[in-house]
Amino acid sequence: MKTIRIEYFAALREHTGLTSEEISTDAPTVDALYAELDQRHGFPAMGQLKVAVNDEFSDWQAELADGDSVVFIPPVAGG
Amino acid sequence: MSAFRFVRGPVLPAEHLAPLQDPSCGGYLSFEGWVRDHNEGRAVHRLEYEAYESLGLKEGERILGEAGVRYGIEHAACVHALGSLELGEMAVWVGVSSHHRDAAFAACRYIIDEVKHRVPIWKKEHYADGDSGWVNCEACASAATQTPPASATGPGRT
Repeated sequence: MKTIRIEYFAALREHTGLTSEEISTDAPTVDALYAELDQRHGFPAMGQLKVAVNDEFSDWQAELADGDSVVFIPPVAGG
Repeated sequence: MSAFRFVRGPVLPAEHLAPLQDPSCGGYLSFEGWVRDHNEGRAVHRLEYEAYESLGLKEGERILGEAGVRYGIEHAACVHALGSLELGEMAVWVGVSSHHRDAAFAACRYIIDEVKHRVPIWKKEHYADGDSGWVNCEACASAATQTPPASATGPGRT
């Protein structure tokens, strides 16, 4: 089992009621982690999500390591 | 040489101009984004901005660096507001100084366009009728063209 920290922003923060959480998981990849968390939280559909691991943009297929920090990034709207 | 920053509340450009001032530069150009009183036909009352700051700062700096390489400008900066903003307040400012004006115009345009598309910043609109919504999110939620990762389409998603 790996310990992964997830931070939530904007619509995902409001939906989960969490700014962050730490979970123990066997999810091998970022997209498997998303699917596992989606089961728990029922994330709203929100278009093209991006993802960051350890404060850098990542692929959905990236492998997770113990202690990684993950952020799912809803469609952005700066400016 | 370049600086991307977040500030709480509206952007005050005078606080960020000094690094752009350079006697070798004959042109200074800025773009200011202001809080508008409407969006997609709805009356907007105020806005709230939120960012994933640690990644946002890195991506913002990358964009400023790209503008320097592409257009050969001397200095570039961008400041984005976070938190609650009222109508007319400044949400984002881009400043560019350069030897000549053409490069400054092009770089300023590049920076604001890339920041809007790439930096993880979210905007919540509060409407005059009391409703509110995350821009680009709630709208996508009702669209049939949702494209999450393949494995993420589990039960309970629309």
